[in-house]
Amino acid sequence: DQVLHIVPKTLQQVQYLQHLCSTLLLDLWKPLLPEDIRTGEDLHMRVPAPLVQEVKDSLDQHLTSYEVLIHDVQALVDQSMPRVGSSHRQVPEGYNYTQYHPMEEIYQWMTQVEESNSELVTQHYLGETSENRTMYYLQISQPSNKSKKIVWMDCGIHAREWISPAFCQWFVKEILQNYKSDPQISRFLQNLDLYVLPVLNVDGYIYSWEKERLWRKNRSPYMNGTCYGTDLNRNFNSSWGSTGVSYNCSSEIFCGSGPESEPETRAVAQFIERKKEDILCYLTMHSYGQYILTPYGSTTEPPSNNEELMQVAEKAATALMGKYGTSYQVGASSLILYSNSGSSKDWAHMIGIPFSYTFELRDKGTHGFLLPSDQIEPTCEETM
Amino acid sequence: DIDNVGRKYHLKLVLEDILEKDNIVNCTAEILYHLGNKNAAPDVDFTIEGELKNTDEQDNIFYNRIKSLKKELVAQNIPDSHGNVPPEMEPIRLLARVAAGYVAWQNSTENTRYELAQIKDVRQVKRSDDYLEFDYMVLLHEFVSQEIIPWQMRVLWHPQHGVKVTQNSRQPKPAEY
Repeated sequence: DQVLHIVPKTLQQVQYLQHLCSTLLLDLWKPLLPEDIRTGEDLHMRVPAPLVQEVKDSLDQHLTSYEVLIHDVQALVDQSMPRVGSSHRQVPEGYNYTQYHPMEEIYQWMTQVEESNSELVTQHYLGETSENRTMYYLQISQPSNKSKKIVWMDCGIHAREWISPAFCQWFVKEILQNYKSDPQISRFLQNLDLYVLPVLNVDGYIYSWEKERLWRKNRSPYMNGTCYGTDLNRNFNSSWGSTGVSYNCSSEIFCGSGPESEPETRAVAQFIERKKEDILCYLTMHSYGQYILTPYGSTTEPPSNNEELMQVAEKAATALMGKYGTSYQVGASSLILYSNSGSSKDWAHMIGIPFSYTFELRDKGTHGFLLPSDQIEPTCEETM
Repeated sequence: DIDNVGRKYHLKLVLEDILEKDNIVNCTAEILYHLGNKNAAPDVDFTIEGELKNTDEQDNIFYNRIKSLKKELVAQNIPDSHGNVPPEMEPIRLLARVAAGYVAWQNSTENTRYELAQIKDVRQVKRSDDYLEFDYMVLLHEFVSQEIIPWQMRVLWHPQHGVKVTQNSRQPKPAEY
């Protein structure tokens, strides 16, 4: 299809053009209606490909001069919105990353991601939840003969923080779509393996879709089934139970019956413990608040490599702000947020993983946990 | 720290218009948390540099729209689970935010941070005068305990007379399901 630009000089030309547009049902871009065509004013019309020659011949016959504004409308459309199938053979076609997805769809997505990108991605079993659902993580690893350090990222430890699993999915998509063309990502994968756990608290996430949107914890039963759920981010073995927790199951920050009492916690902890020598960075994604939190929450004592931790986090916050102006605060959770023990970020650092961060994504309270899906893209773009 | 009285905070802050990000106003405030009576709201004194945006036009549009409804307004789950708010409900939501702000203030201590999480239910209350009145059931999110607290509020509003929370009460959490 082409878009032609014409400036009618006479009333006769105007009438001719009005007749042409109406009989051939041409798509007027400017003005919108044939009755608004005027002498001396720009006319832009889109001509379907099969009619292009006929229209041009007719214009020539009527001594109406024109110029081609757009030679190929489809090419322009493709540039702004890639067609399914063209450059997307790597990522599940048609998966909408700007919507929130229920767990069933996320399970399917993981399988599809592995299938379409088998040279890079493998899906692995991590463990089971308290309601016996399977926890899977994706390993993104470029084949190479050198052993690589690992960056681990988990999302969805708290059920209601939907933007978090949305980010993990987005992140995987971005890596897979751009690892060949983007030099930064390409170099990244040459030296590092990425392990992504899109939904850690599967039971909780499902519960927040089906029963109670603002649910936070997992779904393990306590008190003879009269009370449910442990706050998984208070359940890790890092000064467990000492501060910022409740021993009461009915609390949102119930720390469980003991460190790692929950199967979800154990699944993650066992894996990370086994691989800890090779893990360079532990990231855990939450919402909301717009923070990059460094260890520790259980004490205000700074970690041994605090300077480096802060430096890297500051750089990240600055880069993030550069995208849409979103401001993140950086610091130890015990200092800028509140005291809490048993967090995964603290535990990861305590067992020796040098870089350990909790991200609290958008926003600052205007929508809180109910972040509209039209903010998924900008949140993910800036966090990327 | 002020002996026998409480703890005072001096704040310099920036107010940002959530509807118009470029509209920011500098503000200074003094907050006094009382020592003795933990149920007393903190004292707040503030000064705004400049003026707040005039919203008369939008206020009147909303006011007239509600006044002309044939039946009293009733709505649930604002925003919905996916964060969506129908455009005509935006003012209802903003009103709830203001009212919730008052409730948060009345219940704040140095160890709390309240945000409005969701409006579960809102019903317009019929009135014979020219005020608008709404009965809200909202969910407040408290940051430190991470609790979601149901709270009921009666809110009165008039374009010229502003917002007033005439009654509010914390609600018990529904039984586990």
